[in-house]
Parts: sequence; structure tokens; C-alpha cells
Amino acid sequence: MNNALKTFTNGILKENPTFVLVLGMCPTLATTTSAINGMSMGLATMFVLVCSNVVISLLKNLIPDKVRIPAYIVIIATFVTMVQLAMQAYLPGIYEVLGLFIPLIVVNCIVLGRAEAFAAKNSVGLSAMDGLGIGLGFTLALTLLGMVRELLGAGSVFGLTIIPETYKTLIFVLAPGAFIALAYLMAIMNKLQKK
Amino acid sequence: MAHFITSPAPHVHSGDSVRRNMLLVIIALLPAYVVSVLEFGFGALITAAISVCACVLTEWFISRFLLKENKQTIGDLSAVLTGLLLAFNLPSSIDWWIVLIGAVVAIGVGKMSFGGLGQNPFNPALVGRVFLLISFPAQMTTWPTPKGFATGYIDAETSATPLYYLKNMLNTDLDMSERLQAVQDVFSTSMKDSLLGAMGGSLGEVCALALIIGGIALICCRVITWHIPVSIIATVALFAACTGWVGALPEGMTTGSYVLYSLLSGGLMLGAFFMATDYVTSPMTAWGKIIFGFGIGFIMMVIRTWGAYPEGMSFAILIMNACVPLLNKFRPTRFGEKRK
Repeated sequence: MNNALKTFTNGILKENPTFVLVLGMCPTLATTTSAINGMSMGLATMFVLVCSNVVISLLKNLIPDKVRIPAYIVIIATFVTMVQLAMQAYLPGIYEVLGLFIPLIVVNCIVLGRAEAFAAKNSVGLSAMDGLGIGLGFTLALTLLGMVRELLGAGSVFGLTIIPETYKTLIFVLAPGAFIALAYLMAIMNKLQKK
Repeated sequence: MAHFITSPAPHVHSGDSVRRNMLLVIIALLPAYVVSVLEFGFGALITAAISVCACVLTEWFISRFLLKENKQTIGDLSAVLTGLLLAFNLPSSIDWWIVLIGAVVAIGVGKMSFGGLGQNPFNPALVGRVFLLISFPAQMTTWPTPKGFATGYIDAETSATPLYYLKNMLNTDLDMSERLQAVQDVFSTSMKDSLLGAMGGSLGEVCALALIIGGIALICCRVITWHIPVSIIATVALFAACTGWVGALPEGMTTGSYVLYSLLSGGLMLGAFFMATDYVTSPMTAWGKIIFGFGIGFIMMVIRTWGAYPEGMSFAILIMNACVPLLNKFRPTRFGEKRK
């Protein structure tokens, strides 16, 4: 149990995919224009991560070593397609905003990285905990980044206006603002973790 | 420098320091600033005061409380210069809190994040300006009409800059002869105006003559070398002379007039003499500087001719700033080595 808890918190803090591993930068920078977009992207990735980790862990003794990457991709793509169709049906607004980045979860290096580095070597329970932890770490990071960018760039958080219209700093909803905000969040995280 | 003889110690210190060079650049900027105060009145005073104070305070705050350094660097005047250059890049009627944001970004993001003076890859004042230009496009392109001290600070009458006017002439629904007449009107009045400073524009860019005087003084005092300004100006002149061939010459202008127009309008002189020549963010070798200047002139003219913005000096300098580490590898001479 202690081991499972350790695996879970590992993904959120010590091996946070965004702030520590710096993986999956493409969706991180592109989809965090608002808090809700960042959170939905994180949750979609988390679902794929948990499911693919479990299935790959179950099949790890059946998949021949030489074709393991194509096999992983097929498994991941299956879950991504499920997420994509579900979002298209039930959350059409967010699906439209995230657009291409939902199918691109297939090639997200966090998902493939965890499959190769963790699920292929560990038990089903631990793999699930790892997927949950890393997925939650990714979701929290994207939500935080989305909140900062939305607050500075559009004056609101989760659509709730906080700063009046005149004072919004447009650059933060654009690409350069994403890099600036991410850099400073990363610096703050490093500072906090050192303590 | 080619025949540099090093004698044995003791050596006499020439008295050169960061503080001295920064002070000389600030003095060289004063003629342009005086013209700007005469043109824009209190707006120019307020904007520059806020910008300089905010830059110095930001640097002091960051190094004192965030970096917890014992030795403070605000005495080297580099923050004062950054603040002054930032103010030179803003319209005089801009809201005070926008100047404040620009100053904090220029020093905080553009300079101190990288470790302070000497370590920043991009010109801090331009980082501040471009940040504001992208964030507040409407306020940053509202230029007050120069009327001396009668120019209001908050509710100033506004006018377009000559470059903006030129760019948007093609989109108006005037017929051809009216358009030609309008371009000629702007041209005939603005040639003299842009040399002396009586045109719409940001604080420091309006008076080309004062900037040229300041720039030449800096070259004579050996604070900057001639390579960067000369190669920028030469590239721009050459590019403008060639625009006729590619069919990009604005209607109603001759090649000669367009060359002069390109040189004297916008932030070219300010950028060429004072922004591109920043020690930290420009190359160290002579050839590196010439390529650096060529790149700035070329990118700026490409943006002016085909880009969405009427002016591209700040973007051009920032893009070339990013190439500086590469340019420093271009034919450097080892200390003491003789080139054959």
C-alpha cells in the first residue's frame, strides 16, 4: 500500500511531467489558453494514461519485445479514439477548441514514456497508480498554467471575470505568453521543491 | 587594434567603466529627448519619468529581495538607460500603468531573469516594448499629434505615423489621383518634419536629426563602433532602392524619395544607433557586427514592405539578437593572434 501511495505522489511532485520531466510540451503550450481548456486536456490525457498503463501492464508478457512500440501505439490509439468520440458527443464545445490536440494524445510522449518506462515492468495495480499520479500531475500543471494565462490574458479564471477588460495583457493568451508563463511557473516550482 | 602591443605591468587604468559608457549613451540621447519634450510637452516628461523610475526600482527590488545580493547594480546606470530607451519607444500619451508594466517586463523578464547586466540575450528595452505592442495593440499605436506643451497627456489629439499612413493608403477607397495627391502631400511635408521631429510617432523616434547627432557623437567618443549603424543604414537604403524592381514601391513615390523616406521615418535611426549597438546583445567581431546590421536592415524592410505591422525595427533587432551567439563564432581572433 505504501508503495502504491509513493508511486501515486511521485507523478504529481517528484516526476511532474510538465514541471520536472518537461514532456508533452506541445499540448501544454497550445491548449492552456484558459483554465477550463487546460483542465479538459489534462483529464483526457489522464484517462488515456490510466487505461493504457493498465492494459499494457496486463499484456506485457504477451507482447514480443521486438514489436512492443507498435503494440503500445495501437493500445493507446484505441483509448484516444474512445476519448475523442466521447468528447465529440458530450462536450462538443471543448472538443472544437482542443481540436487536433485530442487525437494527438496518441503521440504524447508522456503516455508512451510511462508505457515503456513503467507499465512494461510493473504490476497492474502499480501501473494504474502511476497513470493516475502522472495524469493528475499533468492535469494540475495544465490547469495552473491555464489559470495564470487566463487571469493575465483575459482577466478571468474559469470564465469568472476578476480583472476589468481594460487591463488585460493580450500576450498571455498568445504563444509567446505561454512560454513566459510556463518558464516562471517552472522557476517557482523548482524554488519550492528545493526547500 | 590590429597591432596591439602588451607591455609588462604596471598598467594604467583608462578610467573606462560600465557607468561611464552608460552615462555617455544617456547624454547622447538627450538632444532627441529635448526635441521630444518640445514636441509632446508634459506627456514626454511623465512617460520618461515613470519608465526610468520603474526600471531602476524593479532592478533594485529583484536584486535586493529575490536574488538577495549584497552588492546592488543600479549605480551602473544601465537600468536608467533601459528606462529611457523604453520611454523613447512609447507614444507620449500612453496610460501610466502600461509604462509601468513595460518597465517591469523590460527589467524583470528581459534582464534580471537571465542574471542581470551582461547575461541577457535580448535588448531589455525592446523586450518591454514588444511585450506592450502585442499586449496592448490599440494603445501602443495611438500616436498624439505633436503640439508642444499644448499636447494633452490623457486626451491628446491623435494622428497616424507616416509609415502607418503609407501602409494603409492602399486599402482606402480613394481613387488613383486622390491617392497620389495624398501620398505626395504626406511626403513633401514629412521629409522635413521627420528630420526635425514634427510628426506623429513614439517619444524618441520623431527627430532623426537629433538621433544622428547623438549617434555620431557616440562613435566619435568610441562608445560604439561604426559597423552596426552603417551596415543597417546601408542595407535599408539598398533595399529601398531595389523595391521598384520587385514592384513593392508605394504608389506616387520615386525611388529616391522612398530611400530617404525609409531612412528617416519610424524607429530606424533610434534603433540603428542606440538599440542595436547595445554591448550585451550585439556581436563582438567586426564582421559579426556587419552581418548583424545587415540582418536587422533586411528583416525590418521585409516587415515594412510585406508584413502586417507598419514598422518592424524592434522585431528585426530582437530576431538578430537571437543570432548573436552564432555570429560570435564567425571568424573571431584569439587574443594576441595575428591574422594573416
